[in-house]
Amino acid sequence: MAISIISYFKIPKLSYRVWKVWHRNMDVFMKTFKVNFIPPFLEPLLYLFALGFGLGTYIEGIEGISYPRFIAPALIAISIMNSSFFECTYGSYVRMYYQKTFDGIIATPLSIEEVITGEILWGATRSLINTTIMLVVIAFFGLIDLRYSLLVIPLSFLAGLLFASIGMCFTAISPNINSMNYPTFLFITPMFLLSGTFFPLSILPASAQYFAIAFLPLTHVVSITRALTLASPSWFMILNLVWIIIASLVLFVLSINLMKRRLIV
Amino acid sequence: MNSAIANPRITNSIIVAEGLEKRFDEFRAVDGVSFNVRKGEVFGFLGQNGAGKTTTMKMIQCVSPRTGGRLEVFGMDVDTHQQEIKKLLGVAPQENNLDPDFTVYENLMVYSRYFDIPRDEAKEIIEELLDFFQLSEKRDTLIEKISGGMKRRLMLARALVNKPGLLVLDEPTIGLDPQARHLIWDKIKSMRDKGNTIILTTHYLDEAERLCDRLVIMDHGKILVEGKPDELVREYVGTNVVEAENNPEVKACLQRKDMKYEVVGDRIQIHTNNPHDITSALLEECHLGFITARSATLEDVFLKFAGRKLRE
Ligand SMILES: Nc1ncnc2c1ncn2[C@@H]1O[C@H](COP(=O)(O)OP(=O)(O)O)[C@@H](O)[C@H]1O
Ligand SMILES: [Mg+2]
Repeated sequence: MAISIISYFKIPKLSYRVWKVWHRNMDVFMKTFKVNFIPPFLEPLLYLFALGFGLGTYIEGIEGISYPRFIAPALIAISIMNSSFFECTYGSYVRMYYQKTFDGIIATPLSIEEVITGEILWGATRSLINTTIMLVVIAFFGLIDLRYSLLVIPLSFLAGLLFASIGMCFTAISPNINSMNYPTFLFITPMFLLSGTFFPLSILPASAQYFAIAFLPLTHVVSITRALTLASPSWFMILNLVWIIIASLVLFVLSINLMKRRLIV
Repeated sequence: MNSAIANPRITNSIIVAEGLEKRFDEFRAVDGVSFNVRKGEVFGFLGQNGAGKTTTMKMIQCVSPRTGGRLEVFGMDVDTHQQEIKKLLGVAPQENNLDPDFTVYENLMVYSRYFDIPRDEAKEIIEELLDFFQLSEKRDTLIEKISGGMKRRLMLARALVNKPGLLVLDEPTIGLDPQARHLIWDKIKSMRDKGNTIILTTHYLDEAERLCDRLVIMDHGKILVEGKPDELVREYVGTNVVEAENNPEVKACLQRKDMKYEVVGDRIQIHTNNPHDITSALLEECHLGFITARSATLEDVFLKFAGRKLRE
């Protein structure tokens, strides 16, 4: 039993070749880059108008912050989550199962570990690209403090690694592409609503707060992003960061081993 | 790695398999096969669907771990030297896995990157390959817009971008029309003439006979027989086959004359090196409805070994 659990956490052997998989995905992305840049541009606008400036006119402000300023960092954090999670679930699943792209690549000197790592790095890159665009759009509305907000860009890559790894774990265990709907509805959607995104965690019962901090990755990403865009750093950020780093490492290694189990027969 | 290739033991043996085995749970897809592929030859694996050919290829490609036996490629163990071996292989799997997000040219370019081939060198190689495989006109076409034969040719071209020391072609002409097959055969032959070492699998007898210097016939995960196509034919069948109608009268006559025959479907076959005498003897003494004599082919060998199980 103990041995079988350890086998899910074998440290993968990696080389610079992981970037070749990243490069392949980047090439495909650039072929249609104009289309790819539209969602991160439009999404914050839609949310800001509907929730921030629409619904927000009925809200006094939260903890002394206007509602649009309160949700702006949450929109960025949600985008970090969605970009990498969906890239490494539906995107990776299509490349793995329908396009047989992984099969093609592992016939070259690349190993399956390197392919999956390249996919996860690419997922994180999607988060970074979308975050950068959103920051520009949101900054345009004057909703973020530019002193610290640029730090959200490296954060988006780190948090992107986390959600990419989570996505890849689900990809590894999904029997078919439709079953990816379960993590979307049971995990991503609740997180979207309950991670201190559109209302502060503090209004939830204490047990729910602890649950969110212990198990909902988005909570930590929202928390840091908000601290940065509001330029109000706190010691709590360290906890958030440590949580994200540890969870990323563990889930990254787990996703690779799950994928090996699926693909090496 | 270079020292491994320079090793004299390996210069003649590109692949050494001994008692190689692959189990899926209890099922033995490859059941203790031994073979030896030499430098510069085309080595074939002939067998029906499910014989274990693809599984064998995947073990050679280092993508599917063996469950027993020994397997060395370029003198290196496939378990411990995956990356070094894969660098030297060119693989065209049974199922096309071209990258649909890219054009013909981009497919080759992206693939050459996986092998660390410098861009300028890759450009040159790719131009040559496009030309050789008659794909130059389609260079900027997306994969889904080219024909099945072109896809197969592009798979071969892709397998050659790294100038491999061993080509692994799994069912290179599966599902193609006769014209497209001939074109691919031509290409494989000229690759052989350039000194490439090639292993290929096929369930087409004519393909095996045409292309292979040596081959094994596989069935149910085992190797039934190994040799050169013409030698196999001579050894196990003879130069010719005389065929007659399968009816009791003919059988009785043959038994009377103490002649050995095989029943293949609605026909009776007599394997022989002397078709002339047999034909005239049969015509005179057995009252045959129809009779033909023809050269023996690999198909006769195949049916002799694998055919019985086929009829079961
Ligand atoms: N991943 C697998 N799991 C279980 N059985 C498999 C797997 N791959 C192949 N087989 C079985 O192994 C046998 C040999 O398959 P294969 O090597 O593909 O044959 P061939 O290429 O000669 O047609 C078949 O019976 C096939 O169903
Ligand atoms: Mg096969």
